[in-house]
Amino acid sequence: MLKRLSDPWPDHRAERSLGAVSLLVALLVVAMVVFVGVHAWPIFQHNGLSWLGPGGSLETEIGNMGSTGVHPPASAYHLRAWPIVYGTLLTTTIAVVFGLVIAVFSSIFIVELAPARLRKVAIPVIRLLASVPSVIYGLIGILVLVPFVGNDLVTAHEKASVQNVVELTGAGLLVTAVILTVMITPIMIALICEALVSVPSAWREGAIALGVNPVRAVLAVTVRAARPAIVAAAVLATARALGEAIMISMVSGSRSFAPKPIDGLTFLFEPLRTLASAIVDYHEGINAPALGSTLYAFAFLLLFSAFALSVAGYLIKLPLRKYQVRG
Amino acid sequence: MSTMAPRSAQPNGPMMTGPGRRSSPMTWRWGDRVALAFAWFAGIGLCVIAAAIVLYMGYRGVQYLRPTLLFSRPSISTSQSGTGGFLDPLLGTGLLTLIGIVLAVPLAVGSALWIAEYGRPTWLARAVESSIEVVAGTPDIVIALFGLSIFQLRLFAPFSFTASGGGVFGKSFIAAGSMMSLIALPPLFTATRDGLQAVPAHMREAAFALGKTRIATIRRVLLPSVRSNIATGVTLGVSRIIGDTAIVVLLLGETLRIESQGSVPGVGLLRGTGSTLTSYVYGNSPAGEGGAPQKAYAAAFVLMVFVLALNLLVDRIGRSQAESVGLSSAGAVV
Repeated sequence: MLKRLSDPWPDHRAERSLGAVSLLVALLVVAMVVFVGVHAWPIFQHNGLSWLGPGGSLETEIGNMGSTGVHPPASAYHLRAWPIVYGTLLTTTIAVVFGLVIAVFSSIFIVELAPARLRKVAIPVIRLLASVPSVIYGLIGILVLVPFVGNDLVTAHEKASVQNVVELTGAGLLVTAVILTVMITPIMIALICEALVSVPSAWREGAIALGVNPVRAVLAVTVRAARPAIVAAAVLATARALGEAIMISMVSGSRSFAPKPIDGLTFLFEPLRTLASAIVDYHEGINAPALGSTLYAFAFLLLFSAFALSVAGYLIKLPLRKYQVRG
Repeated sequence: MSTMAPRSAQPNGPMMTGPGRRSSPMTWRWGDRVALAFAWFAGIGLCVIAAAIVLYMGYRGVQYLRPTLLFSRPSISTSQSGTGGFLDPLLGTGLLTLIGIVLAVPLAVGSALWIAEYGRPTWLARAVESSIEVVAGTPDIVIALFGLSIFQLRLFAPFSFTASGGGVFGKSFIAAGSMMSLIALPPLFTATRDGLQAVPAHMREAAFALGKTRIATIRRVLLPSVRSNIATGVTLGVSRIIGDTAIVVLLLGETLRIESQGSVPGVGLLRGTGSTLTSYVYGNSPAGEGGAPQKAYAAAFVLMVFVLALNLLVDRIGRSQAESVGLSSAGAVV
């Protein structure tokens, strides 16, 4: 038996075993969707899709879920998770919009403007920014930025104006959005830089030869040609921002509260919670069936978004192949 | 027009900046001037943020890190001086990384080889590639919940701590490590596949012409030539594993020390629970229950040193690879 294995493998057996390994990887993903879906099913069964909607108090609903035992009554499955869904959409949108603008311009800086010596420093530095673990971002957020915002930016008047609803400690939308932007920008820069480099430089030089100034040439020609890659980068960054759990759980204030834009500047300081950070916040109670099912429903929603985003990314990248621009 | 004056501009420069430039920004439209300023601001700003993070963590690390912290085990105490160091989380990080990489390498390299060298039937190859893309886009917290749902099955009871009532906790080094392998899988797969696709076809053809089978070609020709790609992938995978917190928090049990389950030494350790540097930082930050920011800073500093070292390693491997293959590094910015 052992001799059979140590002998040189015949080709068909090698192909079959490598294929089996690949099949295993694909099956793992199917299993992931199935397992998360099965555990999330009770929530969909009891609420339909309206659990995504507003109404009710999320904190009391989740409290009820935790307190019902092994066989919860159907009423325990009642869920209206709008504050969390809204918090996820809000932080992700803000971070992606600001991050995208910053990423496009810093990619232009790296690829076109920076002197060679500066570029040699900037590239590894930005790559480092992408690989800093999220818990370190969270630590800096909770120990440096949150106290700063809470003590210096939030005025006593603002604290008093919402004191009956939420407590403003500094942990909230502003800190979350700023750190999330810093976390996802480097990912976008990596992809956008790659696309900018692969746009034929003759196109831009042609524009410059026609008398356009260099910055306008880059914006009008190079960036425009790399547009699909920029959208693809935004899609990838959205996936990252949606799924960020630990950092947001540390700096968002962890209250199932929906920040209200009508509150003016106070809006920026109001606490929130996202789908991913809710899973971290409540994971201790996961063995209560109703609460567990809720958390799996959140996970299923995240999985579904990741899936949708990866399909979107694929569709966006199709026109890139036409131009033979890698991205 | 003065801007059209003939001049000896360098033809190959990325853009005519410096003394020989074609037009001074002072003559541009306002929008372009703002764009130029913002590009410089954004690029340099990001570098400054990165430098600030590294310097701040370094400052806090020097301030709070003591050698005794690295070599003493954590313990429960009411006073700050009695809670010990983070030897166990450090070992936990090492063990978890080892398990994750050992599981991920065969999966990733195997499927990359199959995709690049065989890839029949095509629909299956495409399905495998897309599923790895889905894994890459899946948040770690979702992977952690998936792991929990698998390892709480009765079938997998031997892999984790089982309560006397028969409840399976689903938290152990094996549980966390196998989910970590999913985290490390996509970068490892992509690096290997790209390396294989970059191997020139004539190398394969030469091997076939010498009468080698496909698998012999893979073993003797292809694997040696993509060694550095695999190394890059492993390094990227390691840096993702040591930086991950969500999986550790959900699947490793977050016990202070490494607790073995059962009496068999090796197996007991794998079935046991523990913590890692990331979960130690999380637990000791104000977000966790520890409330010991000094220790969180010290552990985060150690984590940061690891991340920096891995980054340098990726750089080093990439550079030696570029030299040996003769690729221009311009194609691989960032």
